[in-house]
Amino acid sequence: MDEPYNFAYLDEQTKRSIRRGLLKAVAIPGYQVPFAGREMPMPYGWGTGGVQVTASILGKDDTLKVIDQGADDTTNAVSIRRFFEKTARVKTTTVTEQASVIQTRHRIPEQSLTSGQIVVFQVPIPDPLRFIEPSETESRKMHALEEYGVMHVKLYEDISHLGHIATTYAYPTKVNHRYVMDPSPIPKFDNPKMNMSEALFLFGAGREKRLYAIPPYTSVNSLDFDDHPFEIQEWDGVCQICESGDSFLDEVIIDDDGTRMFVCSDSYFCEQQKIKKKECKSMLLASES
Amino acid sequence: MKLPVLVEQPILQVNNVNKLYGINRGCQEISFDLYPGEVLGIVGESGSGKSTLLKSLSGECPPEVGDILFKALNGESLNLYEVDEARRRLLMRSEFGIVKQNPRDGLRLSVSAGANIGERLMAVGNRHYGDIRGAASSWLQQVEIETERMDDFPESFSGGMQQRLQIARVLVTKPRLVLMDEPTGGLDVSVQARLLDMIRSLVTDLNLSVVMVTHDLAVARLLCHRLLVMQKSRVIESGLTDQILDDPQHPYTQLLVSSVLTP
Repeated sequence: MDEPYNFAYLDEQTKRSIRRGLLKAVAIPGYQVPFAGREMPMPYGWGTGGVQVTASILGKDDTLKVIDQGADDTTNAVSIRRFFEKTARVKTTTVTEQASVIQTRHRIPEQSLTSGQIVVFQVPIPDPLRFIEPSETESRKMHALEEYGVMHVKLYEDISHLGHIATTYAYPTKVNHRYVMDPSPIPKFDNPKMNMSEALFLFGAGREKRLYAIPPYTSVNSLDFDDHPFEIQEWDGVCQICESGDSFLDEVIIDDDGTRMFVCSDSYFCEQQKIKKKECKSMLLASES
Repeated sequence: MKLPVLVEQPILQVNNVNKLYGINRGCQEISFDLYPGEVLGIVGESGSGKSTLLKSLSGECPPEVGDILFKALNGESLNLYEVDEARRRLLMRSEFGIVKQNPRDGLRLSVSAGANIGERLMAVGNRHYGDIRGAASSWLQQVEIETERMDDFPESFSGGMQQRLQIARVLVTKPRLVLMDEPTGGLDVSVQARLLDMIRSLVTDLNLSVVMVTHDLAVARLLCHRLLVMQKSRVIESGLTDQILDDPQHPYTQLLVSSVLTP
């Protein structure tokens, strides 16, 4: 009894009740399951939903990776990683392919995920209908009756005012041809990664107390119009650190004169690409000499 | 005498509908048939139960007694409150059209006029932006709003324009039965006249069946083929519009008709 915390902070009953909610969420892909969210030792909006989900699924043999906006070294990611190092004594890693559980805020790792991996998302507002239908009773009814026509009103407005669908993050998706789901504020660049993925995706909204899930090999389609199909973001240049041309780039301002550079948002991916480039170069040099 | 045989089936049958909030408050013992292409007016003073009846017809308020049968496009006769909710709500956004008295209740004020018209199309499954926009533009023309205003917000429209936009929004999915609650309420007379003119031509062009609640007898005379006069939750007189307005039988109807101001 010298452990100061129960394994992974939450008590066993709470973890069990969250796991029951998760089972239901997996059984009905995209459906929002209410759960009895607990107070966590961090403010709402910092990932209390994701942390509770991670705490309930974490086992002693798991390896945890935590990313925030793709990076392993940002405050939120470091704090949550340390939190579980301390309360669950699990192994942690920054290596995407070694992690069995990846908690993330606002990104899906660039590398394709494999069977057995679980991605946990932190969700601020789980209901994609919220901005159109403020009544919770009504929006639950709309989900139940599959009344999703209004979802396209927002996309219509984008095209009529801006000429293209300007929604770039939290882009609404339809899961398993049934429920419209908010994929949390990931860039729409990441939406295609959820379609037929080998990994399991779990979503936890702490403030709103909702869980939802995308089981492996489930279809996830982004909503669009026939004549304005869904498109992901593209950049003119490549990452200025690793020269990758197919990753999601962050714009970083590097001095007071407003000089900017574009770099990969996924820090681990960027590092790997850099190493690969270096290896290629040295191999090339070796073959030349 | 040989009576002509009516081949057409009523689109709406209301049988002994009761919905009371208190003694003689609400509506009771209401029965009528509505035929395709017919405009039925419900007149009466405030609190006579007109709006309660209209709410029952529009699926918002189940009656305590009686049933409402609707002849769907596929020929099926549907009991409005016995079909499941999904079907009823689908009916409300496809074959029914509901025009609210206050356009602010019937419109989505935070999205553009075009999206307001397009919403019902998207709700019934249209996923082609160009088609939706084309429909929105042609409907704006039909209700006499300049198509340049398509991307403006209804907030910036005048009351009459908002009401016309609401009508376009409702009619875009080609409903067969339109329920209107005081569509000209709160508008000044010249705007009213143009709106009435527009409603009248749309009703004939599209062969709409309409149930219209109004307390304005002039509106009733202009638009309605048939009238129900309501007082204290009951229908006290019914018949052809001209017959009722020119030769009212019930003392209350006589009072109502004689109360109309003529300039």
